Amino acid sequence: MEKLIEEFSFGLFIWQTVIFVGLVLLLKKFAWKPILDAVNEREEGIKGALEAADEARKELQNLNADNEKLIKEARAEREVMIKEARELKEKMIADAKGQAKAEADKLVAQAQETIESEKKAAVADIKKQVAELSIAIAEKVIKEELSNSSKQDQLVSDLVKDIEIN
Amino acid sequence: MSKALNMKFFSLALVFFASISFATANTSSDSSDGEKDLKTEINEYIQHHLQDSYDFSLYSYTNSEHEHVYIGFPLPVILWDNGLQVFSSSKLHHGDAIAEVNGNYYALIHGKIYKGEAGVSIDQMKEALEHDHHAYHKIMNDFSITKSVVMMLLTGLLMFWLFSSLAKSYAKNKGIPTGFARIFEPIVLYIRDDIAEPNIGPNYKKYMSYLLTIFFFVWFLNLFGLTPLGVNVTGNIAVTFGLALLTFLITNLTGNKNYWGHIFWMPGVPVPMKILLAPIELLGVIIKPFALMIRLWANMSAGHIVLMSIIGLMFIFHSWLGSSLSFLLSFVLAILELLVAALQAYIFTMLSALYFGFANEEAHH
Repeated sequence: MEKLIEEFSFGLFIWQTVIFVGLVLLLKKFAWKPILDAVNEREEGIKGALEAADEARKELQNLNADNEKLIKEARAEREVMIKEARELKEKMIADAKGQAKAEADKLVAQAQETIESEKKAAVADIKKQVAELSIAIAEKVIKEELSNSSKQDQLVSDLVKDIEIN
Repeated sequence: MSKALNMKFFSLALVFFASISFATANTSSDSSDGEKDLKTEINEYIQHHLQDSYDFSLYSYTNSEHEHVYIGFPLPVILWDNGLQVFSSSKLHHGDAIAEVNGNYYALIHGKIYKGEAGVSIDQMKEALEHDHHAYHKIMNDFSITKSVVMMLLTGLLMFWLFSSLAKSYAKNKGIPTGFARIFEPIVLYIRDDIAEPNIGPNYKKYMSYLLTIFFFVWFLNLFGLTPLGVNVTGNIAVTFGLALLTFLITNLTGNKNYWGHIFWMPGVPVPMKILLAPIELLGVIIKPFALMIRLWANMSAGHIVLMSIIGLMFIFHSWLGSSLSFLLSFVLAILELLVAALQAYIFTMLSALYFGFANEEAHH
């Protein structure tokens, strides 16, 4: 210990302190600060880049999800449209069918009506002709019957008889 | 890829290791005075190496004329003694002669500068000091640019160049590390994410500069200590004291109410305990950085002593078996020291962060 104190050089201590403190200050300004700043900046940069990449990935995922949603919506819309079109088609066909049937029914009814009226006219005509024929026949018969006077008397008496009964 | 790297590392370590032993060999191979002398020489060499020195000597040896030859370069000596005295350390002649500067006499004895007198030789001074430690007084105000100061300045420059170019490379490459940054960025991030943030909490940012600087400063100096340059900066108590003092000051200057509350008036214990705990806690405030100082100093010094002793063994063993075994051992130890260099820097930073965390802890009772 005594030897150690004996060996202690005050001058060396002073020089050492001056050199070292000077070195700390110089290096702080010209080396450590720029180095640590650069390293920090780089680390921040890496961190930022990683975060940005993460964000981009998330955005991409969102975009994909959006796309899928859009596609789904479009598909649903298409289906709705197809369905509507199909319904419209069926309705149109049904409508057309109904209309055609009504028209046909109407035609059939008209025809029937015409047939009926024709029939009635024909029947009426036949009736008229039968009546005329009957009258002609009756005229001929009467003419025959009433050719002599006795027969005429007979007829008058019969008629009177009928009236008496009534 | 990693195998090739391992091989590269292995050969690099081998070269570096060989150069250490080469430098050591230069100092002792010429000594042929016997085994005892060699041992003392190795011991002195280690002692000398552990100390700071006034010149940057790479290695030294004794030539055939028994003169010490030093290979290296001198450094400026700055003393505050009767005014400012600045002179080259070559004037001190590695402690072989007295330097005369502006009428003042200075002698280098046992790695320290003593104030001498006119007409007294260095050997006389040494002898006088042997008998009486206070015969001559040491220069206290010694602000010399020593080998350790040079290494710290070089480390500082290296760090400044390295990390400011790293910072610039970020601006150039839009925040992507290239080149050096790929090696140092993980360490910077480790200190931030695994040392500072978990220990200090949300306020960690204001301590980052200090923690990063202290980690790399200690680590680089520890590594330089393992090179053949033969420096031992972090194994110097004045250096570790300076570092620990800063940790101490930062801890206590940024301490919040809760921190001081835990020291002087421990919450949640009876009053007599509060009174008893206060001095213990107060002592702890000083002991914590003191332990930091001793830990780093002791680990690095011990590492150097053990490594150099085992390298020294190579020259004491004269058999090929012993020498190659100690070579192998020192090689393994050198690799271990590489780990210790990083580990001690980590521990110093980690514990500093922990103490800052205590100072920033919010009350949770």
